[in-house]
Amino acid sequence: MECVLGIACNDFVILASDMTNAHSILVNKQDEDKMFKLSDRLLMAVTGESGDTTQFAEYIEKNIQLYKMRNGYELSPPAAANFTRRNLADSLRSRSPYMVNFLLAGYSERTGPELYWMDYLASMIKTPFATHGYGGMFSIGIMDRYYRPDLTEQEAYEILKKCVAEIQKRLIINLPNFQVKVLDKDGIHALGVIKSQNLTA
Amino acid sequence: MSILSYNGGCVLAMKGKGCVAIASDRRFGVQTSTLAMDFQRIFEMGPHLYIGLPGLATDTLTVHERLRFRLNLYELRESRKIKPQTFSAMVSNLLYERRFGPYFVEPVIAGLDPVTWEPFISAMDLIGCPNMPEDFVVAGTCAEQLFGMCEALWEPNLEPDDLFETISQALMNAFDRDAISGWGGVVHIIEKDKVTTRTLKTRMD
Repeated sequence: MECVLGIACNDFVILASDMTNAHSILVNKQDEDKMFKLSDRLLMAVTGESGDTTQFAEYIEKNIQLYKMRNGYELSPPAAANFTRRNLADSLRSRSPYMVNFLLAGYSERTGPELYWMDYLASMIKTPFATHGYGGMFSIGIMDRYYRPDLTEQEAYEILKKCVAEIQKRLIINLPNFQVKVLDKDGIHALGVIKSQNLTA
Repeated sequence: MSILSYNGGCVLAMKGKGCVAIASDRRFGVQTSTLAMDFQRIFEMGPHLYIGLPGLATDTLTVHERLRFRLNLYELRESRKIKPQTFSAMVSNLLYERRFGPYFVEPVIAGLDPVTWEPFISAMDLIGCPNMPEDFVVAGTCAEQLFGMCEALWEPNLEPDDLFETISQALMNAFDRDAISGWGGVVHIIEKDKVTTRTLKTRMD
């Protein structure tokens, strides 16, 4: 039902997530924030069981902050991704697993921009572009077609708009709003919300 | 569908004359959708020791991490490199510890003995039942096809170059008949004084 999209280029990572909070056949709100800022240079877009998403993302966020306070330096993006993966993998074989799928965007001077894809089974891949959810199945083909490592921020935003337009056109589920955030050397900043009413598909 | 074929993928290993080879595909997918064509499922565990972990991708990663940990402790305690036979027993033990809630991987191990340089291969099921034949081992979603190719192509005492050709052809022609394996291949040829790693360009459909 939910949908998150992510693209990593040479000097930034861009994430988009839908803003719908729905239970069963009922839509509760259309302005939900599904992105969690884990640190200045780590951003996570989460889907899944609605209680689990917040609980898991905040648990990871607080532990990453704690690590920084104890050691005086931050976890690198690969380290943070592996830390998150291990937590999710241990949870999978526990009595109450977290049902969360997410994209993790990271930036460091050493590694540059990075995008990690992870599902509730804790399978992890590092990839230039990735998606979650039914909407993602339509979007991944568009990303395959238009992705280049040297995309500008604006070009990447346009690709995301193409993806959202396709989701509106082909997916039966109503996902009108997508929030977009960019992570680059200057940190995290929000771009305009992609709204279906403004798209000329 | 079985949880072992949720992400797809395959690994095989072959013995040669004073050398061994291990190869795998590079696909990572969720059921029928392919998400990555650069997934690593063969890991270097020592200068002459490799392990392939086809099966559920999350357990490929977890089992690799846990084995790395146990192997590091072993080598610190013993101050020497592990023998492939011993490593195989270590893998088997790790998997059997989870007899009633297993890791969904079917490991394939290939290596040379660090003292005698004797080639070694083994494979096991997801609860660690080992199989150490004289010729080749296969695992993954196209195991049947791999068996067929290996039976047809493998012969005793292959030199490293011939072994590379044999294992590559066996791998490619097997996974081309499987919808959830393929999308590129990687082959490691392990010899006494060098390891050659080659990636294969294959059909990407």
